[in-house]
Amino acid sequence: MTEAIVEPEVLEPIIARYNGDPGNLLQILIEAQNALDWLSPGTQGFIAKSLDIPVTHVAAVVQFYTHLYDTPRGKYRVLFSHNITDRMAGSPTLMAHMLKRLKLKRGVVSDDGLVSVGKTSCTGMCDQGPALLVNNRAITRLTLRRIDEICDLIRARAPLANWPAHYFRVEDNIERADMLLGSAYAPGEALRAAIACGPTGMMAEMKRSNLRGRGGAGFTTAVKWEACRDAPGDERYIVCNADEGEPGTFKDRVLLQSFAERVFEGMAIAGYCTGARKGLIYLRGEYTYLRAPLEAKLSDFRRNRLLGMGICGVPGFDFDIAIHLGAGAYVCGEETALIESLEGKPGRPRIRPPFPVTCGYKNQPTVVNNVETLCKVTEVAIHGGLAYAGTGTRQSAGTKIISVSGDVERPGLYEYPFGVRVSQVLEDAGAYDAIAVQISGAAGQCLTPQEFGRRIAFEDVPTSGSFMVFGNNRDLFEAALNYAHFFEHESCGFCTPCRVGTALIARILEKIHSGHGARYEFNELNRLHQLISTSSHCGLGTTATNALHDIMTKFPTVFDRRLIRRDFEPGFDLDAALARAREVAGRDDANAHLDAHLGEGVDA
Amino acid sequence: MNMRPPMKKLKVATASLSGCLGCHMSLLDIDERLLELVKLVEFDRSPITDIKSCGPCDIALIEGAVCNSENVHVLRELRRNCKMLVAVGACAVTGGLPAQRNRFDVGEILERCYCEMPGTQSKVPDDPELPLLLDKVYPLNEIVRVDYFIPGCPPSGDALWKYLTDLISGRMPRLDYQSFRFD
Repeated sequence: MTEAIVEPEVLEPIIARYNGDPGNLLQILIEAQNALDWLSPGTQGFIAKSLDIPVTHVAAVVQFYTHLYDTPRGKYRVLFSHNITDRMAGSPTLMAHMLKRLKLKRGVVSDDGLVSVGKTSCTGMCDQGPALLVNNRAITRLTLRRIDEICDLIRARAPLANWPAHYFRVEDNIERADMLLGSAYAPGEALRAAIACGPTGMMAEMKRSNLRGRGGAGFTTAVKWEACRDAPGDERYIVCNADEGEPGTFKDRVLLQSFAERVFEGMAIAGYCTGARKGLIYLRGEYTYLRAPLEAKLSDFRRNRLLGMGICGVPGFDFDIAIHLGAGAYVCGEETALIESLEGKPGRPRIRPPFPVTCGYKNQPTVVNNVETLCKVTEVAIHGGLAYAGTGTRQSAGTKIISVSGDVERPGLYEYPFGVRVSQVLEDAGAYDAIAVQISGAAGQCLTPQEFGRRIAFEDVPTSGSFMVFGNNRDLFEAALNYAHFFEHESCGFCTPCRVGTALIARILEKIHSGHGARYEFNELNRLHQLISTSSHCGLGTTATNALHDIMTKFPTVFDRRLIRRDFEPGFDLDAALARAREVAGRDDANAHLDAHLGEGVDA
Repeated sequence: MNMRPPMKKLKVATASLSGCLGCHMSLLDIDERLLELVKLVEFDRSPITDIKSCGPCDIALIEGAVCNSENVHVLRELRRNCKMLVAVGACAVTGGLPAQRNRFDVGEILERCYCEMPGTQSKVPDDPELPLLLDKVYPLNEIVRVDYFIPGCPPSGDALWKYLTDLISGRMPRLDYQSFRFD
């Protein structure tokens, strides 16, 4: 390992900017790494000392977040998005090409300490993949040619700021717009409408609207707000969950890129109704590029008195918003894990109850809402609760934005009133030969063509908004294996069923993938599914095997044609396992070998 | 435990692969219940009977991990002949202590032991009678299908008794919280 060099002149201003507050540890570490490329033991020690916390606290945070490094990873850290849609678009070939060009092994830093190439979970660019991150900057629409260009730039040590800007262009790809994506925005309109109703009046409108959370769980927003308003506490917080980690979901990215003002207004209205004075946006690390534009828009808001003290001239209506960054942890999309992360700790889900509405950020009443939900709040404010409840279905009011990717002609965002049939979305997106649709990301359900008549709504198929479409040349086993690796990587490790279970699932699927799996392994998968989904600590574990179970039950041939007829066989070559001992003993007699199989009498 | 003897005595085989025979010692720890056990079952291949190879059996209890070719042969013979195969103890379930060598290359281990240590000849033994070491130490379930696992190092006599009597009387074996342990 390189000698740990501490650079106080780099670290001190960062720590000062965050007031030396250990609650900002994660933010400090992210900035320190941006400046120093990695977090050496010396750096961690210096930060621990400056914040007056044990160095083990710092190490725990560094080791928890995938995008924080306690070993050098080079000046250029390339991470290919490993989501199934990126893989279907050819990402494995591109990565192999880059590794070959740079003469590298995956995950190993080049000898000159310049570059490393690895994989990361879905980067939210599924509609314009394959994608990669270089030092947390997303590059989309990769081709072999672009990979070659990137290799040249890295070799020439060109600073990232000098790379061609079009590499980093991220499109909105709005294919179907409705109430949210299709309406014009007038600054402050929603806020003034809310102020006209008053805090209780606006809360009543929210109740009438029957707006439910868009993150996937579908909890009624007004109930959450009321619980927060009525909970005892010194300070209340509104948190915007922009940790859009669910593979195949990218709507929040577009909303924050092109509709951020509505998110801000939604948060301010939530503050107005609940009495919160501070809002926090938890932005996933993969969307770091959105931070600067968001900060600029926040400044505009403050200048126009739509944020800050006395919003819209209403005395006592004070609300402001700060942005916190994540650093590569899917589990932080879970609201209590997100709050832990906001407090600068490893993002491990808390035990609920108490729920965040009574005991959230800094143990104060906290509302955690999805980006899309907060946008919908502005519609309720402007049009009124009843008008809002008029669209959609009885239990699912309003419209829903769906992120469509995979084998479709027009990947992108599609906004529909709730109740739309799956087949309608597929038709609009140009999916003509779909054999399956994975709804709501890796944790969601996998629908067969027989189910395409079902409706997107909390009553039927609830969704956080992702459609990953598989065409008829795809093997769903690849998807199952991809999800298994995803969950194994993203499990926070806190509870045993999830930590061990997701790894066992991945090992068994690898064994089946290599052609050694029997019915026995298939049954083990079922058993593990029951165990993990019923005994895990948080939603990550309880949903980790949903898609696998769907594929196993609804698409029987996916597994059947891979399983061997034999009762059992080892997942490796037993005879080859003796090769090393044969070599050092200089033997090659009959006893020095093992048959591949158990012998007669046991084959089914 | 009050048990009605079955119509026909069940046949049980036991074996210790790469283990310490501690699990077999634990089996002896069921003390006077051994007398009750032999009323219910007949032992085939086992260190207890000193029978070396087994015929058709109902239950196989196997302790120890799989570390060499002989372990593979024994394990396969038991799997072939026994209706139910139980992995007994930490080594059989996970690889246990013997699996500590998995961090090293087996060739280097052999050379260190037979060529580099003082007083050794500079040759790894090559007698065809000797079983060859596998590259790694494996738990049973990576080599054959295993029906039941009893963790513990060793599992207590009470745990083994409970498991066996459950199996013999045709119940799904269950261990209560106290007797289910991993150390």
